[in-house]
Amino acid sequence: MEVEILSRIQFAFTVSFHYIYPPLSIGLGLFMVISEGLYLRTRDEAYAQLTRFWTRIFALTFGIGVATGIVMEFEFGTNWATYSRYVGDIFGSALAAEGIFAFALESGFLGILLFGWNRVSPQVHFLSTLGVWLGSMFSAVWIVIANSWQQTPAGYHIVGEGMSARAEITDFWAMVFNPSSVDRLLHVWTGALLAGAFLVMSVHAWYLLKGRHQAVSTKAFRIALVIAMVGSLTQLLTGHRSAEGVAENQPAKLAALEGHFPARAAADMYLFGWVHAAENRTVGLRIPGGLSLLLHGDAEAPVTGLSAFSPADRPGAVNAVFQFYHLMVAIGMTLIALTLTAGFLWWRGSLFSQRWLLHLFVWAVLLPNIANQAGWFAAEMGRQPWVVYGLLRTSDALSAAVTARQVLFSLVLFTVLYLLLFALFLYLLNKKIVHGPAQDTPLLHRPRQEDITRTLP
Amino acid sequence: MILGTDYPTLWFLVVGGLFSGYAILDGFDLGAGAWHLFFRKEESRRIALNAIGPVWDGNEVWLVIGGGALFAGFPPVYATLLSLMYVPFMLFLACLILRAVAIEFRSKEPMRWWRQTWDVLYSVSSALLAFLLGVVLGNVLYGIPLGEGFSLQGHWLQFLHPYALLVGGTTLSLFMMHGAIYLTMKTEGRLFARVNQLLRRSMTLFILLFSLTTLVTLLFIPHLSDRFRQIPWLGVVPLLAVLSIANIPRLVTNRKYGPAFAFSSLTVSLLLFMVAIELYPVLILSTVDPKYHLTVHNAAASPASLSIMLTIAAIGAPLVLAYTAFVFYTFRGKVRMDDSSY
Repeated sequence: MEVEILSRIQFAFTVSFHYIYPPLSIGLGLFMVISEGLYLRTRDEAYAQLTRFWTRIFALTFGIGVATGIVMEFEFGTNWATYSRYVGDIFGSALAAEGIFAFALESGFLGILLFGWNRVSPQVHFLSTLGVWLGSMFSAVWIVIANSWQQTPAGYHIVGEGMSARAEITDFWAMVFNPSSVDRLLHVWTGALLAGAFLVMSVHAWYLLKGRHQAVSTKAFRIALVIAMVGSLTQLLTGHRSAEGVAENQPAKLAALEGHFPARAAADMYLFGWVHAAENRTVGLRIPGGLSLLLHGDAEAPVTGLSAFSPADRPGAVNAVFQFYHLMVAIGMTLIALTLTAGFLWWRGSLFSQRWLLHLFVWAVLLPNIANQAGWFAAEMGRQPWVVYGLLRTSDALSAAVTARQVLFSLVLFTVLYLLLFALFLYLLNKKIVHGPAQDTPLLHRPRQEDITRTLP
Repeated sequence: MILGTDYPTLWFLVVGGLFSGYAILDGFDLGAGAWHLFFRKEESRRIALNAIGPVWDGNEVWLVIGGGALFAGFPPVYATLLSLMYVPFMLFLACLILRAVAIEFRSKEPMRWWRQTWDVLYSVSSALLAFLLGVVLGNVLYGIPLGEGFSLQGHWLQFLHPYALLVGGTTLSLFMMHGAIYLTMKTEGRLFARVNQLLRRSMTLFILLFSLTTLVTLLFIPHLSDRFRQIPWLGVVPLLAVLSIANIPRLVTNRKYGPAFAFSSLTVSLLLFMVAIELYPVLILSTVDPKYHLTVHNAAASPASLSIMLTIAAIGAPLVLAYTAFVFYTFRGKVRMDDSSY
């Protein structure tokens, strides 16, 4: 039990810390591709400046993302050995594909993106930026497929019994296109693009308020606002489709997300509320029949509730699942309101004179990041007590050889390391932002190694 | 079956190839990192760091791919190795993170204490990573106390037995030699002279440790040379490895650093090939009872999964090699610093 709790805390902690960075990389990647593309088209130096500035911030998020991501891959083996043996046949091919198709593209071209400005032509540099961004998008594809397979397994059969039971792949494409992977991938991609776009808007709104870098900031803000507007509206659609999928494939999870208890009854939709799991009831502000209406187009249609499942098959922390889910939805709605307001003011031509709105955007960067985390917490805690839905329980997925003390040791190690890392990340991010997209030195006549070594005593 | 070889054996070769790619590529940047504190001047350290700057991250990808390939092809081996060696792998991960962060952060602030702190972390974690890789390899070679139900039959500190430490030291010295050769291609002037001096020392150290490891293996760990006694012509592989090692000092003396680097890369892959021959078909050797051995056959993923992954590898590998070659070509020659450097 202790090993289970500690291993779950460690995995949740390391994966949610990791997940701060990849969405930012994916989102900033798109912004850099657009801005460098505009530079190639218009030859306007402002876009070159923007690309270089955001590349420096991208390097920071990418570096930490890689280092913390390798931890995730290893933890499957170290802490969840039984799980790894169970799903390896299926999960493994997705991870291998991620490494070979996505990660290699991303990390290979990263060197040219960061250090190749004077080494390759602008066109080749642009292609490298594009390669890095596409790599990060592909990376999400394979990781989300693997996770979706855990939510809605497909294309497999079970071999062996008891401790030696494992899933074997029977149909690769059925595994790839399992019932939830496409909806969830679109949802994850869009969430990532929003995280990046809101970071760009936050930083440039701050410059505009301070009266610095005006020319580049209005350009950057507009690009990011377009991404954010499209993104926040798309998210409504992909979120809805995901919820429909959950209702169909993971009824216990849906019931937990919505705090719905009666076994077969019309379901309300809560705008906010509190779940008293022990008493099988939820209180809060609700739209009667709202969930039934949304899922089945009929406010009277019955929806399976948590009471239909034995306590052993229900998520352990229903209220937490409910709260994380509702937090995500509330933030999603806020983002739509924010971006549409900004879009409207842009159309009226007064966007950059609304100081209150710029102030809001400086802080709004926190929202998509919190929503991304909350969404994953709801998705993963809602899947409990299963690690592979309906097939393998989390409590059966541990490593036989690992003791609680060892996990405690590594948990402390990661906590210390990651807190340090996070403090440094914020410090350097702040420093780069304060420094700003300053005019870079001209491309020619840079100091070369020969010049440096010549000055050595 | 392809060319008379079954899928598990083919995938074993793929995993071996990926690990060998990883050892060659990350080997030189870990080695270069281990030397970092031997350079005293700020400029020298920056040049040494920027010599690996654009490529180290791409090199690390090979670890991710190799790990994924092992996980995918032999799930019980991945699960067992990582869970039985929990503590060394956690230390490995901690070093990996610290090193990545140190590379990223060290030149971001001008303060002396800031740079010195990150330099120490960078160098120590690089050396420890190389050493831990060797320790894990040493355990795989020697065998692991694997018992019933994938449990560990022994103390968790047992991974630090003398043979594993010896292989760890040998690996570190090999990577330091490999890294020093890489740095000779990237540096000029006084720094080049210093690197050259360090390279000579590391060649001596590696050759000494390698001879000692060979001797200890032959005397005390007979199961590692059984295969060569059974099939004597396989002895050509260790022979080639020795010739390849012997060629490195000759090329260095003749100032042919590019070819020397090619031969130290060849040495790395030949040594790993020797390991593969010694182990096959066993992947995890149980010191408790042979019935717990995990082999290429009893631990393999299903034929369906392996054939999918062989397809993925066949499509992906040329792409990965092409990017890698392009990046190394772009950054060929001596280090040139500019304002995007570390």
